[in-house]
Amino acid sequence: VNPGSVPDARPLRRPSDLLDLKLIFVTGKGGVGKTTVAASLALLAAQRGRRVLACEVDAKGDLASLFEAAPTDFAGREVAPGVVVMSMDTEASLREYLKLNLKIPLAGRIGPLARAFDFVATAAPGVREILTTGKFCWEVRERHYDLVVVDAAATGHIIAQLAAPQAINDLVKVGLIRTQTDWLLDILSDHRTTGLLAVTTPEEMPVSETLELAERVATETTVQLSAVVVNRVLPELFGRREEEVFEELRRPDIAAELSRRAGGDVGPVLDGARLAVTLRRTRAGHLERLREGLDPEVPLLLLPYLFTRTHGLRTTRQVAASLGEELGY
Amino acid sequence: MAASSLDGLLAAKEIVVACGPGGVGKTTTAAAAAVMAACRQGGRVLVLTVDPARRLADALGLAGIGNDERRIEDAVFKSAGVTPRGELWAAMLDTKESWDALVRRHAPDAETRDKILANPLYRDISGRFVQSHDYIAMERLYEIHNEGLYDLIVVDTPPTRNALDFLDAPQRMADFFSSRLLRWLIVPYRSRLVNFASRPFYQVADRILGTQFLADISEFFILFQSMYDGFVERAEAVTRLLSERRTTFMVVSTLETTPVREAEFFARELLVRGLHLGAIVLNKVLPAYMGDARATRVAETLAERAPALADGLGPDPVLTPRVLEEVAESFLNFGVVARREAEQRAELSSAPEVLAIVPFFASDIYDMAGLLELGAQIWE
Repeated sequence: VNPGSVPDARPLRRPSDLLDLKLIFVTGKGGVGKTTVAASLALLAAQRGRRVLACEVDAKGDLASLFEAAPTDFAGREVAPGVVVMSMDTEASLREYLKLNLKIPLAGRIGPLARAFDFVATAAPGVREILTTGKFCWEVRERHYDLVVVDAAATGHIIAQLAAPQAINDLVKVGLIRTQTDWLLDILSDHRTTGLLAVTTPEEMPVSETLELAERVATETTVQLSAVVVNRVLPELFGRREEEVFEELRRPDIAAELSRRAGGDVGPVLDGARLAVTLRRTRAGHLERLREGLDPEVPLLLLPYLFTRTHGLRTTRQVAASLGEELGY
Repeated sequence: MAASSLDGLLAAKEIVVACGPGGVGKTTTAAAAAVMAACRQGGRVLVLTVDPARRLADALGLAGIGNDERRIEDAVFKSAGVTPRGELWAAMLDTKESWDALVRRHAPDAETRDKILANPLYRDISGRFVQSHDYIAMERLYEIHNEGLYDLIVVDTPPTRNALDFLDAPQRMADFFSSRLLRWLIVPYRSRLVNFASRPFYQVADRILGTQFLADISEFFILFQSMYDGFVERAEAVTRLLSERRTTFMVVSTLETTPVREAEFFARELLVRGLHLGAIVLNKVLPAYMGDARATRVAETLAERAPALADGLGPDPVLTPRVLEEVAESFLNFGVVARREAEQRAELSSAPEVLAIVPFFASDIYDMAGLLELGAQIWE
């Protein structure tokens, strides 16, 4: 992005253009797999030759654990070939910012200053957000990485985060921060540079929240909703003809004969399949609602439900592979 | 004496705080518990909720209500075929409105009140400041409880980054207003005399934030400080209320890896703080038969020998073996998840007085009938 250039506001041409972005915020309601998708996206991009910085905003250490690595700090660490993971720390971000911009001698003063700043940041909305967003935009501008993936705030808070530069622009009329928000806005508004990836599951609340999010992103921010990832999509068990056969097998006489031949009660196995079919069907309805409610230009990327034992690098790899397929690789 | 059911637990308490990770059905579970208490135990029950799914709010006739409590019409219960013994009331937390009410209550005079309400920072903070949700939820709870209008209050807590944030919110808010740093920030705009030690701070703060912004901030805090005593007093009272025996906590989770880890952490932390962990409710649990060893063996047999086993059975000689294989595969897949869940459940079960397991419902809960169905699962 060149200062003063007009941000490109056209949507992505193909889903695979997603990996050509420089900055991707991954958001989603709690519990939908936001962090897993962020980790997998970072891994996929690295597998395709990008140098990737993946950053978690709530320092829980989950992002590094998805690469089987110990929690990272603000400085970051390479956890997989081509993937550096860091944890956001607004105080460290401020320190870095001051070092780079103010050229003030910091030793001895930064301690109380940072504490005071933390205090101001808690009190004055937007300051914390801008230090967070500012760090990512700075990494993008300096081209230290090809792609910055942010495991961002949950759906409820992401708008405040993305709209912070504008909010600060409205509140702060002068000062260094003010001069910084302009180039941040340029980076965030350029749809070839920055994108938002919303993660959801095909369930009632997550789908409703995603639709609300899409609307708010469009009206309250200049950021592009690049794609929606639908996580944990259950496999289709049967076609219609097969389902008729299945219902036939559930007839008491046939089920009894099957049980005799299999050497044990097939009832639970058939009940389990019935439940799987019902779950799948309910979820298909929510998926449909999502498709209808979203701008048709926003691609839906479907990730299968993983019947795995736990989470970790194995899961991250599987999700990355599915994501790659969905993006057309 | 330990209660052995949610029925017993709720009968003995005045406040139930539903908490836990996001996306696990916390709001729905809180509503179901309140519905059950109103139906079975009677009295006046209030559910103080944060952000219910629109369909649920619509179904309960709550769409569009705000901060004020409203009674759920008996017709809503009748539509689900029940007549409640007591009354169910509901309120939805409106952060902005609650903050305004708080300012009106604590402001020393009308002028200060109006200045605060008009301050741009205040408007921003009360509307968007994330932690202000946590604080105001607890504040509202305290206020409603003090009015003494309800026998039981079930509180749904806001989704937070950290499920514990709301517990600390009152104290944090009190600390915030009594902090030395706040005084630092306010002083220079009251007098031109700047302490030598703090001068570098102002110089840097000025350069970063701009003088006007700093002046706005300090005006806001000078105004707010006039309400300081009221705030600290309330914060202490809220903290006390949460730790009294009449308050209990209900941790809601699923058995998926991440939520269950957060729920465990939360349960431990409640105990450390001496708060009462009354119940753990586990939602969306796969039925036990899915992890059953004998059924798993049958599924394995079906998967391996589907063509032979299906011979002559069912309407279609080609499709039947394929369907059998699919059915068996699906069972084995879900079995992996079910067994993991069973293990996680065993690890959790020692802590609370009540452990309630809610099976995966075929559809989402969005009406009174659904709440009653869920309620019946957790009640006894």
